[in-house]
Amino acid sequence: MSKRIDVNDLNVYYGDFLAVEGIDMVIEARSVTALIGPSGCGKSTFLRTLNRMHEVIPKAYVTGKAVMDGQDLYGPGVDPVEVRRQVGMVFQRPNPFPTMSIADNVLAGVRLNNRRISKSDAADLVERSLTGANLWNEVKDRLNLPGSSLSGGQQQRLCIARAIAVEPQVLLMDEPCSALDPISTLAIEELISELKNDYTIVIVTHNMQQAARVSDRTGFFNIAGTGKPGHLIEMDDTTTMFSTPSEKSTEDYISGRFG
Amino acid sequence: MAVAESPPSDPEAPPKVRVGRTPGRLGNRVFQGISTASGIFILIILAAVAIFLLVRAWPALIAAPSAFEDVGFMLGRDLWSWVWPLLFGTAISSVIALVVAVPLSIGIGLFISHYAPRRLAQGLGYLIDLLAAIPSVIFGLWGIQWLQPLVSPLFTWLSTNGATAWLEENVGPTIFTGYQAPARNILTAGLVLAIMILPIITATVREVFLQTPRLHEEASLALGATRWEMIRQAVLPFGRSGVISATMLGLGRALGETMAVLMVLSPGYLINFYLLQPGQHQSIAANIASHFPEASGLGVDALIASGLILFIMTFGVNLIARWIISRRAEFSGAN
Ligand SMILES: Nc1ncnc2c1ncn2[C@@H]1O[C@H](COP(=O)(O)OP(=O)(O)O)[C@@H](O)[C@H]1O
Ligand SMILES: [Mg+2]
Repeated sequence: MSKRIDVNDLNVYYGDFLAVEGIDMVIEARSVTALIGPSGCGKSTFLRTLNRMHEVIPKAYVTGKAVMDGQDLYGPGVDPVEVRRQVGMVFQRPNPFPTMSIADNVLAGVRLNNRRISKSDAADLVERSLTGANLWNEVKDRLNLPGSSLSGGQQQRLCIARAIAVEPQVLLMDEPCSALDPISTLAIEELISELKNDYTIVIVTHNMQQAARVSDRTGFFNIAGTGKPGHLIEMDDTTTMFSTPSEKSTEDYISGRFG
Repeated sequence: MAVAESPPSDPEAPPKVRVGRTPGRLGNRVFQGISTASGIFILIILAAVAIFLLVRAWPALIAAPSAFEDVGFMLGRDLWSWVWPLLFGTAISSVIALVVAVPLSIGIGLFISHYAPRRLAQGLGYLIDLLAAIPSVIFGLWGIQWLQPLVSPLFTWLSTNGATAWLEENVGPTIFTGYQAPARNILTAGLVLAIMILPIITATVREVFLQTPRLHEEASLALGATRWEMIRQAVLPFGRSGVISATMLGLGRALGETMAVLMVLSPGYLINFYLLQPGQHQSIAANIASHFPEASGLGVDALIASGLILFIMTFGVNLIARWIISRRAEFSGAN
């Protein structure tokens, strides 16, 4: 249950503003792809086009192609709701539903569309998903407490559990650790390494070491200046990117000379 | 030309901490004083109203049942058998109003906050706020002149259709039994009340729905929720306490509404559920307004006693609402 995505000449617009231009990218199945680059270069914007979450923003639209195992995500008749069930997302700030218990948060995606699930199946799924998110041992005694009663790092793992409970093909993460302390960050990074056995993962990160630690491939985004569109400058195996990148600007960014 | 003189900076000097004159403290104290005073003031007003009602109602509360025989408008009843039907009339008209207005308000509120294009949403919002500013006399006139003729055919149908007739024959009278035109019954009064409380409830729930954190809406959408599923998953649970508060605001207005009920309803002093028959029900507020000018002596006391009961009723309703809201406070999204 993991698929690859081929992105072909993708442009993203916010109304008249071209935010990201001409992205060609291959995202391999069962691997971690990291997207790095300075703020405002369109990493989040691009990431959200992979599950059509950009459509939530009025006037945002895309031209080009993103093909997941032969299926164009933007093809005619493709329902964004279906795309999002296949391509899950974890956000920068942990966002468990405050009105739901921990267990209900995990089940939130499964309960959509009036899908019925028996009590024992639900309990199994909760345990499986929370175990998958390395959270089970910490919360198994308080599954009925509100999700907001957890620490930030635990909340973020709860969100990951919620995302994997619906068994998506791909998991998108937009700076999932930037609101967390170092210990929680470590926990999430370990989790990502485990999850890549089952999922295709794309992670946006500001943290170069994190990209180096968790990812197999890294893509570097950049912009020429404010108001200009973001581009994918280069993309390669993470080890290559961090040792011998072929672009000067990649090397400058990675070695901390700007951004 | 004045040259700004930068203070000589001594690298050895310790960092400056604001000392003396306790900056900001005066403002703090003034504000604290004002807010404490207004809090106390509200409590005093509330207590004064309660005490006034209690003191003025007291003679009626302790009077012997036979003492009320001289009070013409009480129709020979003692205080309690006179007040119960009024309490019932007040409650049933308000319940009708809520049953109609709350779902409608939630629908309109959601439409404005999550479905309508921005321009239309703004226009609708203004319109609803304008509706809130219409005085209740106008609603009363509107109810008599426009709503009554409009609902009359519907009421006739409700009262005479096959199902009602069958039930009357085989089971007994229904809530729709015995409609008589014009529609000066409790259902019409409830509908007018519903329209009156619609703006305040709608305006409140719209605000609440708009405040749903984008974070939670996106969480739901990213799980593959349709817009309606997202609303059920993120918006409505988040707005729950706000919807209850808004309902209470509306209920408060419906319970105390005088003019519209007075004008629309043909009063009666019975306890029954014949929603379409005139001369069955009356609300406490409308009853006070209609009899106060002619009342004297014990009659005034009895009317004030009914006012006291209305006061206790609204107070109780609000307490229950607070309790409902606080019961699930930890799940409210406020933390
Ligand atoms: N909702 C939006 N509406 C309009 N412009 C946006 C919106 N979100 C982001 N942008 C613009 O798109 C560009 C890329 O932003 P973003 O994808 O957030 O960058 P990054 O995640 O790399 O920091 C920026 O110029 C930003 O101002
Ligand atoms: Mg971003």
